[in-house]
Amino acid sequence: MALLEVKNLGISFGGLRAVDDFNLTIEQGELYGLIGPNGAGKTTIFNLLTGVYKPTDGYIMLDGENITGKKTIEINRHGIARTFQNIRLFSELSVLDNVKVGLHNHHPYSTLTGILRLPKYYRVEKEMNERAMELLKVFGLDQEADYKASNLPYGQQRKLEIARALATDPKLLLLDEPAAGMNPNETQELMKTIRFVRDEFHMTILLIEHDMKLVSGICEKLTVLNFGQVLAEGETTTVLNDPKVIAAYLGE
Amino acid sequence: MKTKTRNLSKTTRSNFITYGMVVAAYIIVEICLRAGVVSSLLEGLLVPLCMYVILAVSLNLTVGISGELSLGHAGFMCVGAFSSAIFSKCMETAIPVSGIRFFLAILIGTVFAAVFGILIGVPVLRLKGDYLAIVTLAFGEIIKNVVNVVYLGRDSQGFHISTKDTLSLGLEEGGEVIIKGPQGITGTPNDSTFLIGIILILVTLFIVINLINSRTGRAVMAIRDNRIAAESVGINVTKYKLLAFSVSAALAGTAGVLYAHNLSTLQAQPKNFGYNMSITILVFVVLGGIGNIRGSVIAAVVLTLLPELLRSLNDYRMLIYAVILIATMIFTSSPGGQHIQERIKQFFERRKTKEA
Repeated sequence: MALLEVKNLGISFGGLRAVDDFNLTIEQGELYGLIGPNGAGKTTIFNLLTGVYKPTDGYIMLDGENITGKKTIEINRHGIARTFQNIRLFSELSVLDNVKVGLHNHHPYSTLTGILRLPKYYRVEKEMNERAMELLKVFGLDQEADYKASNLPYGQQRKLEIARALATDPKLLLLDEPAAGMNPNETQELMKTIRFVRDEFHMTILLIEHDMKLVSGICEKLTVLNFGQVLAEGETTTVLNDPKVIAAYLGE
Repeated sequence: MKTKTRNLSKTTRSNFITYGMVVAAYIIVEICLRAGVVSSLLEGLLVPLCMYVILAVSLNLTVGISGELSLGHAGFMCVGAFSSAIFSKCMETAIPVSGIRFFLAILIGTVFAAVFGILIGVPVLRLKGDYLAIVTLAFGEIIKNVVNVVYLGRDSQGFHISTKDTLSLGLEEGGEVIIKGPQGITGTPNDSTFLIGIILILVTLFIVINLINSRTGRAVMAIRDNRIAAESVGINVTKYKLLAFSVSAALAGTAGVLYAHNLSTLQAQPKNFGYNMSITILVFVVLGGIGNIRGSVIAAVVLTLLPELLRSLNDYRMLIYAVILIATMIFTSSPGGQHIQERIKQFFERRKTKEA
């Protein structure tokens, strides 16, 4: 059974059909790319998958459960975590606290326990600190744990966002243009990180990207979107050599 | 691991400084009182001072930590004041021990304010920024005005409520009028003391500081910093916003209890429960630093004492008060002021290294 199965997904904003008859199947452990020209509806699909928008047609199945039309926080609990095209960190919180917010639902204690500082508070906080530091170490951010998130350089902010998403212990990780605004060296490093996350956490990853080097370098399968509709899908090399894709997106 | 433990102890130390400051202030004032160097005017200001500190700290939870501009704080204070005053008046004969009665009054005032916080928070917290400020302002005024038209009496048959006048309550002989409309409640037992005020400040600080440094506080601040990202990692936005708002309201209610039991007459007037009061509290929060709890405590104390200390200057007193407010704002917030701050900091650091 596929981890993510999307069938006939569609959404209209007034008269505009932003996404139409969109199908997607991702197997456990795959590194899947979603590409297409600007305005093709890629981010809209992410917003549909994470419950920011409610689809007008079709359904979304995650690991055998129907998550169509559920709220963002419920979908996160079902196992989809994401990053954003324009970085959205908790800018005033420390790097460590950003990840700890991601751990929020997995290490619970009540508000009263927190106020009264019961033994459980110290125990759970210690667990959270240890887990958060582990995750930060994976992304090489452990030295910056006390920094304010907004003081990190751009590339590290992107990494922190991925770390925070992973803290929610997802089954599927959605990355919205992870290489946007990065120089070639940073992109190289990011590719390594993404591959590492997939292998280390056995994560399934769906990413939107314009950087073709990154896409062809790490994605195993691709879906190309154009005007809200699927233009081509399949193995990366086949799709990238498809004349339709070259004409619509890559250029001769 | 090392950075983490250092980080934890740093916040803990900073919190202990805040608690220590309050305790030290209490000891100094108590010594001055014993020595008889405090004027009666200043002595009368001690309980209101505690009340202002509690209000400032609790409002900082909404404005600084939750990031919502609320201008209805005086309304919640009003709820706490009146609910507890009614309780104390009814129970004056039933519970003769003032300590226990006041303790229960504090609980009742706090709980009532919290309930109002939830009731008002549910519709109001859907709004943001200026709109939220306007609506909370309106709710604060509504609470004050409703209290002004209520007549409440009690006789052997129970409570009677009217919005007209005392006569229409239809009380039996020997019945007692508790709220007389605009004249409010008279004869509330004077249970508030400076010591109780200080204890309540410490309790408020304990609740607010521990809340901020917990899972709940992190969730609230995450929502403040980026609501969409908070939702994407599974934080229940409505729940945590409402929680912060109602805890803040509850603590304002506690301050109201302190206020009600400090005066023998409790009336809902513009000057004590109107929007002027809400603005005054907001000034404490802004000047002390938004999100800075210790700053709120200091600002509340300084800005409450300032007009009294400047009293000898008569007509110029509010003028100087305003100049100090503006100067503080420029010094703490404008780029030029921050530059001066940096230079002062550098100056002291250089001296320290020289000495070393």
